[in-house]
Amino acid sequence: MQRYSIFSIARNALTNHKNWHTAWRSPEPKPAYDVVVVGAGGHGLGTAYYLAKEHGITNVAVLEKGWLGGGNTGRNTTIIRSNYLYDESAKLYDHSVKLWEGLTGELNYNVMFSPRGVMMLAHNVHDVQVFKRHVYANRLNGVDNEWLTAEQAKAFCPPLSIDPGARYPVVGAALQRRGGTARHDAVAWGYARGADARGVDVIQNCEVTGIDVEGGRVTGVQTTRGAIRAKKVAIVAAGHTSVLCTMAGFRMPLESVPLQALVSEPMKPVFPCVVMSNAVHAYLSQSDKGELVIGAGTDQYVSYSQRGGVQILEHTLEAILELFPIFSRCRMLRQWGGIVDVTPDRSPIIGRTPVENLFVNCGWGTGGFKATPGSAHVFAHTVAKGEPHPINAPYTLDRFKTGRLIDEAAAAAVAH
Amino acid sequence: MLQIDCPFCGPRAEIEFRCGGEAHIARPLKPEDASDETWRDYLFQRKSPKGVHFERWVHSHGCGRWFNAARDTVTDRFLAIYPMGEKAPSIEELKARLPDVGSPRHAYAENRVAPERVEGERP
Repeated sequence: MQRYSIFSIARNALTNHKNWHTAWRSPEPKPAYDVVVVGAGGHGLGTAYYLAKEHGITNVAVLEKGWLGGGNTGRNTTIIRSNYLYDESAKLYDHSVKLWEGLTGELNYNVMFSPRGVMMLAHNVHDVQVFKRHVYANRLNGVDNEWLTAEQAKAFCPPLSIDPGARYPVVGAALQRRGGTARHDAVAWGYARGADARGVDVIQNCEVTGIDVEGGRVTGVQTTRGAIRAKKVAIVAAGHTSVLCTMAGFRMPLESVPLQALVSEPMKPVFPCVVMSNAVHAYLSQSDKGELVIGAGTDQYVSYSQRGGVQILEHTLEAILELFPIFSRCRMLRQWGGIVDVTPDRSPIIGRTPVENLFVNCGWGTGGFKATPGSAHVFAHTVAKGEPHPINAPYTLDRFKTGRLIDEAAAAAVAH
Repeated sequence: MLQIDCPFCGPRAEIEFRCGGEAHIARPLKPEDASDETWRDYLFQRKSPKGVHFERWVHSHGCGRWFNAARDTVTDRFLAIYPMGEKAPSIEELKARLPDVGSPRHAYAENRVAPERVEGERP
Protein backbone atom coordinates (compact mmCIF):
# COMPACT_ATOMS: atom_id res chain seq x y z
CA MET A 1 0.00 0.00 0.00
CA GLN A 2 1.28 3.43 -0.95
CA ARG A 3 1.10 5.52 2.22
CA TYR A 4 -0.49 8.95 1.97
CA SER A 5 1.36 11.84 3.61
CA ILE A 6 2.50 15.35 2.91
CA PHE A 7 5.77 13.87 1.63
CA SER A 8 4.02 11.54 -0.80
CA ILE A 9 2.04 14.47 -2.15
CA ALA A 10 5.23 16.48 -2.62
CA ARG A 11 7.05 13.53 -4.21
CA ASN A 12 4.21 12.86 -6.63
CA ALA A 13 3.87 16.53 -7.46
CA LEU A 14 7.43 16.38 -8.83
CA THR A 15 6.38 13.63 -11.25
CA ASN A 16 3.13 15.34 -12.29
CA HIS A 17 1.05 12.90 -10.22
CA LYS A 18 1.64 10.11 -12.72
CA ASN A 19 2.90 7.57 -10.20
CA TRP A 20 -0.02 7.26 -7.81
CA HIS A 21 -1.10 3.63 -7.38
CA THR A 22 -4.72 2.57 -7.57
CA ALA A 23 -6.16 2.45 -4.06
CA TRP A 24 -7.36 -1.16 -4.42
CA ARG A 25 -7.22 -3.92 -7.03
CA SER A 26 -10.19 -5.26 -9.03
CA PRO A 27 -9.39 -8.98 -8.85
CA GLU A 28 -11.21 -11.88 -10.48
CA PRO A 29 -12.95 -14.06 -7.89
CA LYS A 30 -10.95 -17.13 -6.81
CA PRO A 31 -12.77 -20.49 -6.61
CA ALA A 32 -12.57 -20.62 -2.81
CA TYR A 33 -12.00 -18.41 0.22
CA ASP A 34 -11.79 -18.85 3.98
CA VAL A 35 -14.40 -16.12 4.48
CA VAL A 36 -16.80 -14.55 2.00
CA VAL A 37 -18.35 -11.26 3.13
CA VAL A 38 -21.52 -10.36 1.22
CA GLY A 39 -21.85 -6.59 0.85
CA ALA A 40 -19.09 -4.01 0.32
CA GLY A 41 -20.49 -1.19 2.40
CA GLY A 42 -18.67 0.27 5.38
CA HIS A 43 -19.69 -2.55 7.73
CA GLY A 44 -18.68 -5.31 5.27
CA LEU A 45 -15.38 -3.78 4.20
CA GLY A 46 -14.59 -2.98 7.83
CA THR A 47 -15.28 -6.59 8.76
CA ALA A 48 -12.82 -7.76 6.09
CA TYR A 49 -10.27 -5.20 7.28
CA TYR A 50 -10.41 -6.30 10.92
CA LEU A 51 -10.45 -10.01 9.93
CA ALA A 52 -7.16 -9.43 8.12
CA LYS A 53 -5.61 -7.05 10.60
CA GLU A 54 -6.63 -8.41 13.98
CA HIS A 55 -7.31 -12.09 13.27
CA GLY A 56 -4.78 -12.84 10.51
CA ILE A 57 -7.49 -14.14 8.13
CA THR A 58 -6.50 -12.69 4.76
CA ASN A 59 -8.01 -15.21 2.34
CA VAL A 60 -11.20 -13.17 2.29
CA ALA A 61 -13.48 -11.90 -0.49
CA VAL A 62 -15.95 -9.05 -0.17
CA LEU A 63 -18.67 -9.45 -2.81
CA GLU A 64 -20.67 -6.43 -3.92
CA LYS A 65 -23.53 -6.53 -6.39
CA GLY A 66 -23.12 -2.89 -7.38
CA TRP A 67 -20.21 -0.62 -6.67
CA LEU A 68 -18.27 -0.22 -3.47
CA GLY A 69 -20.07 1.91 -0.87
CA GLY A 70 -23.00 2.50 -3.25
CA GLY A 71 -25.70 1.36 -0.86
CA ASN A 72 -26.61 2.89 2.47
CA THR A 73 -22.95 3.77 3.19
CA GLY A 74 -23.17 6.44 0.51
CA ARG A 75 -26.77 7.42 1.24
CA ASN A 76 -26.91 8.27 4.94
CA THR A 77 -26.69 11.65 6.68
CA THR A 78 -23.28 10.80 8.27
CA ILE A 79 -24.28 11.47 11.87
CA ILE A 80 -22.16 9.88 14.60
CA ARG A 81 -23.25 9.69 18.25
CA SER A 82 -23.50 7.18 21.09
CA ASN A 83 -26.11 8.69 23.45
CA TYR A 84 -28.30 5.56 23.56
CA LEU A 85 -30.25 4.72 26.69
CA TYR A 86 -29.55 1.08 27.46
CA ASP A 87 -26.26 -0.36 28.71
CA GLU A 88 -25.87 -2.78 25.78
CA SER A 89 -26.40 0.01 23.24
CA ALA A 90 -24.16 2.51 25.02
CA LYS A 91 -21.31 -0.05 24.99
CA LEU A 92 -21.75 -0.90 21.31
CA TYR A 93 -22.13 2.64 19.99
CA ASP A 94 -19.47 4.15 22.23
CA HIS A 95 -17.04 1.42 21.15
CA SER A 96 -17.70 2.74 17.68
CA VAL A 97 -17.23 6.43 18.57
CA LYS A 98 -13.88 5.56 20.19
CA LEU A 99 -12.78 3.85 16.97
CA TRP A 100 -13.99 6.83 14.89
CA GLU A 101 -11.72 9.08 16.92
CA GLY A 102 -8.61 7.25 15.68
CA LEU A 103 -9.86 5.98 12.33
CA THR A 104 -8.12 8.46 10.03
CA GLY A 105 -4.73 7.53 11.51
CA GLU A 106 -5.57 3.83 11.65
CA LEU A 107 -6.48 3.68 7.96
CA ASN A 108 -4.00 6.33 6.73
CA TYR A 109 -7.07 7.74 4.97
CA ASN A 110 -8.83 10.96 5.89
CA VAL A 111 -12.36 10.01 6.93
CA MET A 112 -12.94 13.66 7.94
CA PHE A 113 -14.33 12.74 11.35
CA SER A 114 -15.62 16.00 12.77
CA PRO A 115 -16.79 15.85 16.41
CA ARG A 116 -18.79 19.05 16.11
CA GLY A 117 -21.44 18.04 18.64
CA VAL A 118 -24.87 16.45 18.27
CA MET A 119 -27.66 18.43 19.89
CA MET A 120 -31.13 16.98 20.45
CA LEU A 121 -33.90 19.47 21.02
CA ALA A 122 -36.56 19.18 23.70
CA HIS A 123 -39.90 20.84 22.97
CA ASN A 124 -42.09 19.91 25.92
CA VAL A 125 -42.08 18.58 29.49
CA HIS A 126 -42.02 14.99 28.31
CA ASP A 127 -38.96 15.60 26.10
CA VAL A 128 -37.18 17.30 29.01
CA GLN A 129 -37.79 14.34 31.31
CA VAL A 130 -36.76 11.77 28.72
CA PHE A 131 -33.61 13.63 27.65
CA LYS A 132 -32.50 14.25 31.22
CA ARG A 133 -32.93 10.55 31.85
CA HIS A 134 -30.73 9.93 28.81
CA VAL A 135 -28.11 12.37 30.07
CA TYR A 136 -27.91 10.60 33.45
CA ALA A 137 -27.99 7.09 31.96
CA ASN A 138 -25.27 8.00 29.47
CA ARG A 139 -23.04 9.46 32.19
CA LEU A 140 -23.38 6.29 34.26
CA ASN A 141 -22.13 4.41 31.21
CA GLY A 142 -19.22 6.80 30.68
CA VAL A 143 -20.79 8.39 27.61
CA ASP A 144 -20.65 12.19 27.52
CA ASN A 145 -23.98 13.98 27.32
CA GLU A 146 -25.02 17.24 28.90
CA TRP A 147 -28.17 19.29 29.43
CA LEU A 148 -28.47 22.77 27.90
CA THR A 149 -31.05 25.47 28.47
CA ALA A 150 -32.73 27.00 25.42
CA GLU A 151 -30.35 30.00 25.59
CA GLN A 152 -27.30 27.73 25.78
CA ALA A 153 -28.65 25.75 22.83
CA LYS A 154 -29.02 28.98 20.85
CA ALA A 155 -25.46 29.98 21.76
CA PHE A 156 -24.18 26.59 20.56
CA CYS A 157 -26.18 26.75 17.33
CA PRO A 158 -26.93 30.40 16.40
CA PRO A 159 -29.36 29.74 13.48
CA LEU A 160 -31.74 28.00 15.89
CA SER A 161 -34.99 29.82 16.65
CA ILE A 162 -35.92 29.68 20.35
CA ASP A 163 -38.95 31.90 19.95
CA PRO A 164 -41.29 30.92 22.83
CA GLY A 165 -44.26 31.61 20.55
CA ALA A 166 -43.23 28.92 18.05
CA ARG A 167 -45.55 26.00 17.46
CA TYR A 168 -42.87 23.69 18.89
CA PRO A 169 -40.84 25.97 21.19
CA VAL A 170 -37.32 24.86 22.15
CA VAL A 171 -37.23 24.47 25.93
CA GLY A 172 -33.80 22.83 26.24
CA ALA A 173 -31.46 20.36 24.58
CA ALA A 174 -29.17 17.41 25.24
CA LEU A 175 -25.69 17.81 23.74
CA GLN A 176 -23.13 15.10 23.03
CA ARG A 177 -19.95 16.99 22.21
CA ARG A 178 -18.04 13.89 21.01
CA GLY A 179 -20.71 13.26 18.40
CA GLY A 180 -20.52 14.73 14.91
CA THR A 181 -20.13 13.70 11.30
CA ALA A 182 -17.64 11.96 8.98
CA ARG A 183 -17.21 11.62 5.22
CA HIS A 184 -19.24 8.49 4.45
CA ASP A 185 -17.56 7.55 1.13
CA ALA A 186 -14.13 7.89 2.69
CA VAL A 187 -15.00 5.28 5.30
CA ALA A 188 -15.78 2.69 2.61
CA TRP A 189 -12.75 3.69 0.54
CA GLY A 190 -10.41 3.71 3.53
CA TYR A 191 -11.49 0.26 4.70
CA ALA A 192 -11.38 -1.10 1.12
CA ARG A 193 -7.83 0.18 0.67
CA GLY A 194 -6.69 -1.15 4.05
CA ALA A 195 -8.29 -4.56 3.48
CA ASP A 196 -6.94 -4.81 -0.08
CA ALA A 197 -3.43 -4.04 1.14
CA ARG A 198 -3.69 -7.01 3.50
CA GLY A 199 -4.70 -9.37 0.69
CA VAL A 200 -8.50 -9.17 0.79
CA ASP A 201 -10.21 -9.38 -2.63
CA VAL A 202 -12.87 -6.68 -3.03
CA ILE A 203 -15.02 -7.90 -5.93
CA GLN A 204 -17.54 -5.43 -7.33
CA ASN A 205 -20.38 -6.13 -9.79
CA CYS A 206 -20.73 -9.61 -8.35
CA GLU A 207 -24.22 -10.31 -7.05
CA VAL A 208 -24.88 -13.26 -4.78
CA THR A 209 -27.74 -15.28 -6.28
CA GLY A 210 -27.70 -18.29 -3.97
CA ILE A 211 -26.22 -19.58 -0.73
CA ASP A 212 -25.10 -23.20 -0.67
CA VAL A 213 -26.02 -25.09 2.49
CA GLU A 214 -25.19 -28.78 3.00
CA GLY A 215 -26.24 -30.61 6.13
CA GLY A 216 -27.01 -27.39 8.00
CA ARG A 217 -23.59 -25.93 7.19
CA VAL A 218 -22.73 -23.24 4.65
CA THR A 219 -20.34 -24.31 1.88
CA GLY A 220 -20.27 -21.34 -0.45
CA VAL A 221 -22.24 -18.90 -2.56
CA GLN A 222 -23.54 -18.75 -6.13
CA THR A 223 -22.86 -15.43 -7.83
CA THR A 224 -23.32 -13.72 -11.17
CA ARG A 225 -19.59 -14.42 -11.69
CA GLY A 226 -19.74 -18.13 -10.85
CA ALA A 227 -19.77 -20.30 -7.75
CA ILE A 228 -17.42 -19.46 -4.89
CA ARG A 229 -16.72 -21.95 -2.10
CA ALA A 230 -16.26 -20.59 1.40
CA LYS A 231 -15.59 -21.98 4.86
CA LYS A 232 -17.53 -19.11 6.39
CA VAL A 233 -20.00 -16.63 4.94
CA ALA A 234 -20.84 -13.28 6.55
CA ILE A 235 -23.94 -11.43 5.37
CA VAL A 236 -23.63 -7.65 5.77
CA ALA A 237 -26.23 -6.60 3.25
CA ALA A 238 -28.44 -4.09 5.10
CA GLY A 239 -31.80 -3.84 3.29
CA HIS A 240 -31.23 -7.08 1.33
CA THR A 241 -30.56 -9.28 4.37
CA SER A 242 -34.03 -10.85 4.25
CA VAL A 243 -33.51 -11.74 0.58
CA LEU A 244 -30.16 -13.44 1.28
CA CYS A 245 -31.39 -15.27 4.38
CA THR A 246 -34.33 -16.61 2.38
CA MET A 247 -31.73 -18.08 -0.03
CA ALA A 248 -30.13 -19.83 2.94
CA GLY A 249 -33.51 -21.20 4.01
CA PHE A 250 -34.51 -19.23 7.10
CA ARG A 251 -36.55 -16.14 7.90
CA MET A 252 -35.50 -13.01 9.76
CA PRO A 253 -37.32 -10.61 12.10
CA LEU A 254 -36.70 -7.78 9.63
CA GLU A 255 -38.68 -5.47 7.39
CA SER A 256 -37.01 -3.46 4.62
CA VAL A 257 -38.29 0.08 4.12
CA PRO A 258 -37.06 3.15 2.21
CA LEU A 259 -35.40 5.92 4.20
CA GLN A 260 -34.82 9.27 2.52
CA ALA A 261 -32.31 12.08 2.77
CA LEU A 262 -31.74 15.27 0.84
CA VAL A 263 -29.23 18.09 0.50
CA SER A 264 -29.62 21.77 -0.24
CA GLU A 265 -27.60 23.92 -2.58
CA PRO A 266 -24.15 24.70 -1.09
CA MET A 267 -23.88 27.72 1.20
CA LYS A 268 -21.18 29.42 3.22
CA PRO A 269 -20.57 27.89 6.67
CA VAL A 270 -23.63 28.78 8.71
CA PHE A 271 -24.48 25.68 10.70
CA PRO A 272 -21.84 24.58 13.23
CA CYS A 273 -23.21 21.32 14.64
CA VAL A 274 -25.72 18.51 14.15
CA VAL A 275 -29.26 19.24 15.36
CA MET A 276 -31.95 16.60 15.80
CA SER A 277 -35.51 17.04 16.90
CA ASN A 278 -37.63 13.99 17.59
CA ALA A 279 -40.90 15.78 18.25
CA VAL A 280 -41.00 17.49 14.88
CA HIS A 281 -38.81 14.88 13.17
CA ALA A 282 -35.90 16.77 11.70
CA TYR A 283 -32.14 16.09 11.42
CA LEU A 284 -29.82 18.72 10.07
CA SER A 285 -26.12 19.37 9.61
CA GLN A 286 -23.94 21.16 7.08
CA SER A 287 -21.39 19.26 5.03
CA ASP A 288 -17.89 20.54 4.33
CA LYS A 289 -19.07 21.26 0.79
CA GLY A 290 -21.63 23.64 2.30
CA GLU A 291 -24.80 21.68 1.62
CA LEU A 292 -27.37 21.30 4.35
CA VAL A 293 -27.71 17.56 4.90
CA ILE A 294 -31.23 16.62 5.96
CA GLY A 295 -32.50 13.25 7.09
CA ALA A 296 -36.17 12.42 6.55
CA GLY A 297 -38.28 9.52 7.77
CA THR A 298 -39.10 6.05 6.48
CA ASP A 299 -42.05 5.05 4.35
CA GLN A 300 -44.72 3.01 6.09
CA TYR A 301 -44.57 -0.02 3.78
CA VAL A 302 -42.02 -2.69 2.79
CA SER A 303 -40.20 -1.60 -0.34
CA TYR A 304 -36.92 -2.05 -2.24
CA SER A 305 -37.57 0.91 -4.55
CA GLN A 306 -34.82 3.25 -3.18
CA ARG A 307 -37.18 6.20 -3.73
CA GLY A 308 -39.62 7.07 -0.96
CA GLY A 309 -42.72 9.24 -0.83
CA VAL A 310 -42.66 13.00 -1.29
CA GLN A 311 -44.99 13.62 1.68
CA ILE A 312 -42.18 12.35 3.96
CA LEU A 313 -39.85 15.07 2.66
CA GLU A 314 -42.54 17.70 3.00
CA HIS A 315 -43.07 16.74 6.64
CA THR A 316 -39.35 17.01 7.44
CA LEU A 317 -38.86 20.32 5.61
CA GLU A 318 -41.86 21.85 7.39
CA ALA A 319 -40.27 20.91 10.71
CA ILE A 320 -36.88 22.30 9.70
CA LEU A 321 -38.34 25.65 8.68
CA GLU A 322 -40.20 25.83 11.96
CA LEU A 323 -36.89 25.51 13.84
CA PHE A 324 -34.69 27.42 11.38
CA PRO A 325 -36.74 30.09 9.60
CA ILE A 326 -33.40 31.39 8.23
CA PHE A 327 -33.49 28.57 5.62
CA SER A 328 -36.93 29.41 4.22
CA ARG A 329 -35.58 30.50 0.83
CA CYS A 330 -32.92 27.81 0.57
CA ARG A 331 -33.38 25.46 -2.39
CA MET A 332 -32.99 21.71 -2.27
CA LEU A 333 -30.52 20.16 -4.68
CA ARG A 334 -30.83 16.37 -4.51
CA GLN A 335 -32.99 13.74 -2.82
CA TRP A 336 -32.50 9.98 -2.62
CA GLY A 337 -33.61 6.87 -0.77
CA GLY A 338 -31.87 3.86 0.73
CA ILE A 339 -33.37 0.56 1.86
CA VAL A 340 -32.96 -0.02 5.59
CA ASP A 341 -33.66 -3.27 7.43
CA VAL A 342 -35.58 -2.60 10.62
CA THR A 343 -35.83 -5.00 13.57
CA PRO A 344 -38.80 -5.06 15.96
CA ASP A 345 -36.69 -3.67 18.84
CA ARG A 346 -34.69 -1.24 16.64
CA SER A 347 -31.41 -2.82 17.72
CA PRO A 348 -29.10 -4.68 15.33
CA ILE A 349 -28.53 -8.43 15.01
CA ILE A 350 -24.83 -9.36 15.06
CA GLY A 351 -23.97 -13.03 15.33
CA ARG A 352 -24.68 -16.60 14.37
CA THR A 353 -27.63 -17.90 12.35
CA PRO A 354 -29.41 -21.29 12.29
CA VAL A 355 -26.96 -22.30 9.51
CA GLU A 356 -23.51 -23.22 10.79
CA ASN A 357 -20.65 -20.93 9.72
CA LEU A 358 -23.13 -18.42 8.31
CA PHE A 359 -23.05 -15.14 10.20
CA VAL A 360 -25.18 -12.06 9.92
CA ASN A 361 -24.70 -8.38 10.79
CA CYS A 362 -27.93 -6.56 10.05
CA GLY A 363 -30.93 -4.75 11.45
CA TRP A 364 -29.16 -1.40 11.84
CA GLY A 365 -32.34 0.20 10.57
CA THR A 366 -32.18 3.95 10.27
CA GLY A 367 -28.92 4.46 12.18
CA GLY A 368 -26.11 2.15 11.07
CA PHE A 369 -23.51 4.59 9.78
CA LYS A 370 -22.44 5.78 13.22
CA ALA A 371 -21.71 2.20 14.21
CA THR A 372 -19.58 1.29 11.18
CA PRO A 373 -16.15 0.79 12.84
CA GLY A 374 -17.48 -0.74 16.06
CA SER A 375 -19.87 -3.05 14.26
CA ALA A 376 -17.16 -4.21 11.85
CA HIS A 377 -14.71 -4.73 14.72
CA VAL A 378 -16.96 -6.92 16.87
CA PHE A 379 -18.37 -8.76 13.85
CA ALA A 380 -14.88 -9.67 12.60
CA HIS A 381 -14.24 -11.15 16.07
CA THR A 382 -17.52 -13.08 15.86
CA VAL A 383 -16.72 -14.50 12.42
CA ALA A 384 -13.10 -15.33 13.26
CA LYS A 385 -13.77 -17.03 16.61
CA GLY A 386 -17.22 -18.41 15.87
CA GLU A 387 -18.53 -16.76 19.02
CA PRO A 388 -19.45 -13.17 19.82
CA HIS A 389 -17.27 -10.43 21.26
CA PRO A 390 -18.55 -9.44 24.76
CA ILE A 391 -19.90 -6.19 23.28
CA ASN A 392 -22.15 -7.90 20.70
CA ALA A 393 -23.05 -10.92 22.84
CA PRO A 394 -26.54 -9.52 23.64
CA TYR A 395 -27.28 -8.83 19.95
CA THR A 396 -28.22 -12.39 19.02
CA LEU A 397 -30.85 -13.51 16.55
CA ASP A 398 -32.08 -15.76 19.35
CA ARG A 399 -33.31 -12.82 21.43
CA PHE A 400 -36.55 -12.71 19.46
CA LYS A 401 -37.26 -16.21 20.75
CA THR A 402 -36.05 -15.77 24.34
CA GLY A 403 -37.69 -12.37 24.63
CA ARG A 404 -34.50 -10.68 25.83
CA LEU A 405 -34.93 -7.69 23.52
CA ILE A 406 -32.81 -4.54 23.56
CA ASP A 407 -35.80 -2.33 23.13
CA GLU A 408 -34.39 0.90 21.75
CA ALA A 409 -37.60 1.47 19.78
CA ALA A 410 -38.73 4.01 22.35
CA ALA A 411 -35.31 4.70 23.86
CA ALA A 412 -32.86 5.25 21.02
CA ALA A 413 -32.95 9.01 21.49
CA VAL A 414 -34.45 9.28 18.03
CA ALA A 415 -37.86 9.20 16.44
CA HIS A 416 -38.75 6.14 14.37
CA MET B 1 -46.70 9.09 -2.81
CA LEU B 2 -48.74 6.05 -3.77
CA GLN B 3 -52.22 6.16 -5.17
CA ILE B 4 -54.22 3.44 -3.45
CA ASP B 5 -57.47 2.07 -4.78
CA CYS B 6 -59.69 1.69 -1.73
CA PRO B 7 -62.26 -1.00 -2.62
CA PHE B 8 -64.94 1.08 -0.88
CA CYS B 9 -64.06 4.68 -1.82
CA GLY B 10 -62.00 4.41 -5.01
CA PRO B 11 -58.51 5.77 -5.71
CA ARG B 12 -57.13 8.07 -3.01
CA ALA B 13 -53.74 9.47 -1.95
CA GLU B 14 -51.51 7.38 0.34
CA ILE B 15 -51.67 9.93 3.20
CA GLU B 16 -55.28 8.83 3.83
CA PHE B 17 -54.12 5.27 4.57
CA ARG B 18 -52.07 3.38 7.14
CA CYS B 19 -50.21 0.24 6.17
CA GLY B 20 -50.91 -2.62 8.58
CA GLY B 21 -47.89 -4.68 7.53
CA GLU B 22 -47.70 -8.27 6.33
CA ALA B 23 -51.08 -9.95 5.86
CA HIS B 24 -52.18 -13.51 6.64
CA ILE B 25 -50.28 -13.85 9.94
CA ALA B 26 -52.55 -15.91 12.19
CA ARG B 27 -52.38 -15.61 15.96
CA PRO B 28 -51.69 -18.99 17.65
CA LEU B 29 -55.07 -20.61 18.29
CA LYS B 30 -54.02 -22.03 21.67
CA PRO B 31 -51.76 -19.32 23.11
CA GLU B 32 -51.16 -21.26 26.32
CA ASP B 33 -49.68 -24.20 24.36
CA ALA B 34 -47.67 -22.12 21.86
CA SER B 35 -43.89 -22.58 21.98
CA ASP B 36 -41.36 -19.74 22.03
CA GLU B 37 -40.68 -20.42 18.34
CA THR B 38 -44.38 -20.05 17.53
CA TRP B 39 -44.54 -16.74 19.38
CA ARG B 40 -41.39 -15.52 17.65
CA ASP B 41 -42.85 -16.39 14.26
CA TYR B 42 -46.14 -14.69 15.09
CA LEU B 43 -44.73 -11.55 16.68
CA PHE B 44 -41.47 -10.88 14.86
CA GLN B 45 -40.62 -12.97 11.79
CA ARG B 46 -41.50 -11.21 8.56
CA LYS B 47 -41.10 -12.19 4.90
CA SER B 48 -40.04 -8.74 3.65
CA PRO B 49 -39.84 -10.10 0.08
CA LYS B 50 -38.24 -8.41 -2.90
CA GLY B 51 -41.19 -8.93 -5.24
CA VAL B 52 -44.82 -9.66 -4.40
CA HIS B 53 -45.85 -8.69 -0.86
CA PHE B 54 -49.26 -9.39 0.65
CA GLU B 55 -50.13 -6.68 3.12
CA ARG B 56 -52.98 -5.01 4.98
CA TRP B 57 -54.08 -1.42 4.58
CA VAL B 58 -56.68 0.65 6.39
CA HIS B 59 -58.34 3.74 4.93
CA SER B 60 -57.96 5.51 8.27
CA HIS B 61 -58.80 9.02 7.03
CA GLY B 62 -61.64 7.79 4.82
CA CYS B 63 -64.08 4.96 5.34
CA GLY B 64 -61.96 3.44 8.12
CA ARG B 65 -62.17 -0.06 6.63
CA TRP B 66 -59.41 -2.63 6.21
CA PHE B 67 -58.50 -4.51 3.04
CA ASN B 68 -55.67 -6.68 1.72
CA ALA B 69 -53.37 -5.82 -1.15
CA ALA B 70 -50.69 -7.51 -3.23
CA ARG B 71 -47.92 -5.10 -4.15
CA ASP B 72 -44.60 -5.41 -5.96
CA THR B 73 -41.98 -4.11 -3.52
CA VAL B 74 -39.49 -3.35 -6.31
CA THR B 75 -41.76 -0.86 -8.10
CA ASP B 76 -44.37 -0.25 -5.34
CA ARG B 77 -47.03 -1.07 -7.93
CA PHE B 78 -50.30 -2.52 -6.58
CA LEU B 79 -51.10 -5.83 -8.30
CA ALA B 80 -54.37 -6.77 -6.63
CA ILE B 81 -56.72 -5.61 -3.88
CA TYR B 82 -58.87 -8.20 -2.09
CA PRO B 83 -61.07 -8.35 1.01
CA MET B 84 -59.91 -9.19 4.54
CA GLY B 85 -60.34 -12.85 5.33
CA GLU B 86 -59.94 -13.91 1.71
CA LYS B 87 -57.06 -16.12 0.55
CA ALA B 88 -54.19 -14.33 -1.17
CA PRO B 89 -54.02 -14.67 -4.96
CA SER B 90 -51.18 -16.95 -6.03
CA ILE B 91 -47.92 -15.26 -6.95
CA GLU B 92 -47.83 -17.37 -10.15
CA GLU B 93 -51.19 -15.95 -11.18
CA LEU B 94 -50.03 -12.38 -10.54
CA LYS B 95 -46.79 -13.02 -12.39
CA ALA B 96 -48.68 -14.48 -15.34
CA ARG B 97 -50.59 -11.23 -15.67
CA LEU B 98 -47.48 -9.09 -15.21
CA PRO B 99 -44.43 -11.11 -16.28
CA ASP B 100 -41.91 -8.50 -15.13
CA VAL B 101 -43.02 -8.43 -11.47
CA GLY B 102 -40.06 -8.28 -9.13
CA SER B 103 -37.69 -7.15 -11.84
CA PRO B 104 -36.04 -3.72 -11.98
CA ARG B 105 -36.84 -3.60 -15.72
CA HIS B 106 -40.44 -2.94 -14.77
CA ALA B 107 -40.92 0.49 -16.29
CA TYR B 108 -41.37 3.36 -13.87
CA ALA B 109 -43.94 4.93 -16.19
CA GLU B 110 -46.07 1.80 -15.98
CA ASN B 111 -46.28 2.29 -12.27
CA ARG B 112 -48.53 5.28 -12.79
CA VAL B 113 -51.21 3.25 -14.51
CA ALA B 114 -54.15 2.52 -12.21
CA PRO B 115 -53.93 -1.01 -10.81
CA GLU B 116 -55.80 -3.64 -12.72
CA ARG B 117 -58.58 -5.27 -10.74
CA VAL B 118 -58.93 -9.02 -10.44
CA GLU B 119 -62.40 -9.87 -11.59
CA GLY B 120 -64.83 -10.88 -8.89
CA GLU B 121 -62.45 -9.91 -6.06
CA ARG B 122 -64.07 -6.62 -5.30
CA PRO B 123 -66.54 -6.94 -2.43
